[in-house]
Amino acid sequence: MSSTQVHPATEDVAPRAGLAGRAPAMAKLRDLALVPAIIAIAVVGYVVNPVFLASSNLVNILQTMSEIGLLVLAQTLVLVAGKMDLSLESTFGLAPGVAAWMIVAPGATHGLGVLPGWAGVPLTLLVGVLVGVINGLLIVRFKLNGFVVTLGMLIVLRGLLTGISGGQTFFGLPASMLYLGTHLWFGVPVEVYLCFLLFAVGIGVLGYTRQGRSLYAIGGNVDAARAAGIRTDRILAGVLIVASTLAALGGLMLSGRLASVAAAQGNGAIFTVFAAAVIGGVSLNGGKGTVFGAFTGILLLYMIQNVLTLAGVPAQWISALNGAIILVALIVSRITSGKAQE
Amino acid sequence: MSQPAQARGGDSPLVEAAGIWKRYGTTIALQDAGIVVRPGRTHALVGRNGAGKSTMVAILTGLQSPDAGTVAFDAVPAPAISDRDAWRSKVACVFQKSTIIPELSVAENLFLNRHALGRGPVISWRSLRREARALLDAWDVEVGADRRAGDLTVEQRQLVEIARALSFETRFIILDEPTAQLDGPAIKRLFARMRALQERGVTFLYISHHLEEIYQVCDEVTVFRDARHIVTGDVADLGPTDVVAAMTGDATALISREPRPPVPSSVPEVLAVDELVVPAAEGGLAEAPPVSFSVRAGEVVGLAGGGGSGKREVAESVVGLRKPRHGTITVDGTRLRPGSVPAALDARVGLLPQDRHQQGFVPGLSISENITMTVPEQLGPHGTVLPSRRDRIARRLIDALAVKTPGPELDVAALSGGNQQKVVMGRALANDPRLLVLIQPTAGVDVRSKETLLSVVDDVRARGSAVLVASDELDDLRTCDRVLVMFQGRVVREFAAGWDDHELIAAMEGIES
Repeated sequence: MSSTQVHPATEDVAPRAGLAGRAPAMAKLRDLALVPAIIAIAVVGYVVNPVFLASSNLVNILQTMSEIGLLVLAQTLVLVAGKMDLSLESTFGLAPGVAAWMIVAPGATHGLGVLPGWAGVPLTLLVGVLVGVINGLLIVRFKLNGFVVTLGMLIVLRGLLTGISGGQTFFGLPASMLYLGTHLWFGVPVEVYLCFLLFAVGIGVLGYTRQGRSLYAIGGNVDAARAAGIRTDRILAGVLIVASTLAALGGLMLSGRLASVAAAQGNGAIFTVFAAAVIGGVSLNGGKGTVFGAFTGILLLYMIQNVLTLAGVPAQWISALNGAIILVALIVSRITSGKAQE
Repeated sequence: MSQPAQARGGDSPLVEAAGIWKRYGTTIALQDAGIVVRPGRTHALVGRNGAGKSTMVAILTGLQSPDAGTVAFDAVPAPAISDRDAWRSKVACVFQKSTIIPELSVAENLFLNRHALGRGPVISWRSLRREARALLDAWDVEVGADRRAGDLTVEQRQLVEIARALSFETRFIILDEPTAQLDGPAIKRLFARMRALQERGVTFLYISHHLEEIYQVCDEVTVFRDARHIVTGDVADLGPTDVVAAMTGDATALISREPRPPVPSSVPEVLAVDELVVPAAEGGLAEAPPVSFSVRAGEVVGLAGGGGSGKREVAESVVGLRKPRHGTITVDGTRLRPGSVPAALDARVGLLPQDRHQQGFVPGLSISENITMTVPEQLGPHGTVLPSRRDRIARRLIDALAVKTPGPELDVAALSGGNQQKVVMGRALANDPRLLVLIQPTAGVDVRSKETLLSVVDDVRARGSAVLVASDELDDLRTCDRVLVMFQGRVVREFAAGWDDHELIAAMEGIES
C-alpha cells in the first residue's frame, strides 16, 4: 500500500516491450554521468596550457592516479557491500613498509635486512591479506562496528609503520619492488596497465559474477541476501581481504615509483578515496554504484588537480583547492546525475 | 474548481472529499473520487493495491493537494496545504510505518517540538512528563511515559500514536492497516479501543486488506477501484461478496476450496522435523517443548498461530534462517546442517520470508536480480552471471506469477506491495523446490495477488512437492491438507481439512474447546 503512494505509476503499467529494452541503457547512461565533465576539464586544461594534452602529461596523470585508484577500487567494493574501510590508507603505507623493513639492509635506515630482495612483492601482498583478515575477524566474526574497527586499524597500522621505520623513510628498495612503478611498457609505466586491468576485472566481477552481484544484494538488504542463501559473512570477510590486498598493491606501486617508503605514505588519502567514490556515484549506504563510475570519479579529480598545477596555482594553495574541487565535483555530479547523494 | 462544500443539516459529514482528481505524471491516481465520513460512524476504505487509497489518505491528511476537487471538514473547506497545525487539529493518521522516534521517551514523542517549557527556552522535563501522563491517562493508554519508545510493542506504539493524535484536539483519525503487524488478541484489544473511543466522539477511517475486520469494527464501507470511487454503503447492506466484487470489478468468490482426501501415509515424507527446540523469539517464551511433525510429498501443512506462538521460529529453522537449540530437520532423507540457508537451498527448500521488506527483496536491484538470487549456479558458467540468461529465467517466473512490470530490469522497489511479494515468491520458486516454506504469504497484498500467490501453493503441491504454510490468515490456511496449531511454542491441536473457522481461531488464541 505504502509503495503505491510513492510509485503510483507502476501498478497499472501494461507490459511494454520498448521500455524493457531501455532500462539497461539507462543504467549505462548513469555510469557515464561524469564523462561530459571529464571532456570539459580536458578542454579547459588544453586552453589553460596546451601541454595538458601532451602524451607525457597524460601518462603522468594516469600514473599518479593509478596508485590511489587501487584504493578507490578497493573502497568501492567495500562500499557496495554496505561497509567502509578507513584503514586502507594505512595498509597502503604499512604493507610496502614492512617489506622494506625486512629487506633493506641496516645502516642508513631502520631496515633489518633479513629477507632476500625477491620477497618484497609477496610480503607486501601478505601484509595486505593479513590486515584484511584482522578486519574481517573483528567486523564479521565478532560483529564489531566496521567504521570504528577500521578507524582503530587506521591508527594502529600507521603507528606500526612509524614504529618500524623510526618515523623515517626506507630507501634502497629491491628491484622487484621498483618494477611496477618504474618499468615502462611502450613508454607507459607498468602500474598504469595494472591499474586499468584491475579496474576492468572489477567491472567484470561486480557486474557479471555471483560474488560481485551478491555484494550489491548484501549492501542493499543483508537480511534478504541471507534469506536467499548468500553466505553474507564469508563474502563480507572476503571483500575486506581483497580490499586490503588491493591497498597493499597500490602502496607497492607508489613505493616503486618513489623508490622509497615514507612513514607517512598514504596518510590522509582516504578522504580523496571517499570523495572519488561518491563523485563516481557509489552510495555510502551500500548497494549502489559501479566500478566504472568510481573510476571516472578518481580520473576527474586527478585531471582537475593536474590542470590546477599547469595553471601555475602556488603549491601552498593546492590543498585548499583540492577540498574545494571535491565539493564542486560533488555538486557537478549531483546535477548531471539528477539524483540525491546518500 | 474550489466549490465550497454545501452546508448541511444535523447529519453534516465530518469529512467530505468530492470530485478529487490527482495525477502523478501520466498516471491518474484518483479520478473524480470522493468519500464522506459521518461523525461517529467508523468508515472503512478498501480497494486493491493501486486503487487510490493511499493517495486519498495523503489528500485527507493534507500531505498532498488534489489537482481538482474539494475537501471539507465539518462543512468548512480544508485549510491551506502549508498550514500543518490547522491540518493536525482536523485529522490524524496512524501510518503503517511507525512515526515514533525509538530513542526518545514516550513522553517526549508525545510532545515533540511542543515540549513544555520552564523558564525561557528551557524544557521543563517535569511538566512534560506530567502532561504526558495526564494525556495517556485521559485516553486509558497504559504505557509508562518514561519508557523508551523503541522498547514498546507494536500495539503500544500505535496507542501512543493515537493518543498523540488526540492531543491535537482532532476527533478524526485514519488508521492505515493497523492490524498488519498485530496478533489476534492485540487486534481484539485494538477493536475494543476503537469502539470505546468512538463512544467518546472519535471517528475512524479504517484502511485494511482484511475484509472480516471491516465487518467487525466498521459501520460504513467505501470501495475504490482503479482510481475511482465504486460504492459506499452500510456494512449491513454490503456483504463480503459484494465488496470483493466491487474491489475486483467482477464477482469473485472468496477463496474457498474443496477438501481433498488426506494424503495416505504410504507417501514418503519430504520434510521431517524431529524434537525441534528453537530459541525463544524476541521477548518471547522462556522454554518451549520440542516440536515434531512431518510433511509428505504432495501435502500442504499449515502451521497456524498468532504472533509469539513460535510458528515463525519453527518455519525459519526449517529453512536455515535460525539455528535450533536442538532437534533435527530432514528433507528428502538428508539431514540439514542447522542454521544454514545454503544447505537448505541445496536440499531444494524454497522460502517466502515473513517480512518482504526486511528479508524478502533488495531495493535498488532489478526484479531479475532479486528473483534469481537463490539460483546463482543457473545464471552462467564458472560463477559468472550472464544478464541474458538471468533475464530469461526471470521472465519465466514473472510470467508464471503474473508480476505486473514492463520488464525484468525494473527496480523491484518500484512495484506495488502485491507484486513485490510475487517477486519474493518467484525467488522461492526459482530452484523448483521440493519443499516450499511460506511465512505469512499474503500479508499486506491485495485480493488478486493473494489468489495468485495461493494458487502457487496448489501448483507446487500438484507437482508432488511439499508445502509448509506458517500463517494466522484463514485464507492462507485454506490451501492446507491439515493444520497444526501452535500456541506459546507448542503444537496444541491438529485440524484436518474442512475445519471450522471458529474452532481454529479459538485454538490459535489458546482457548480450550
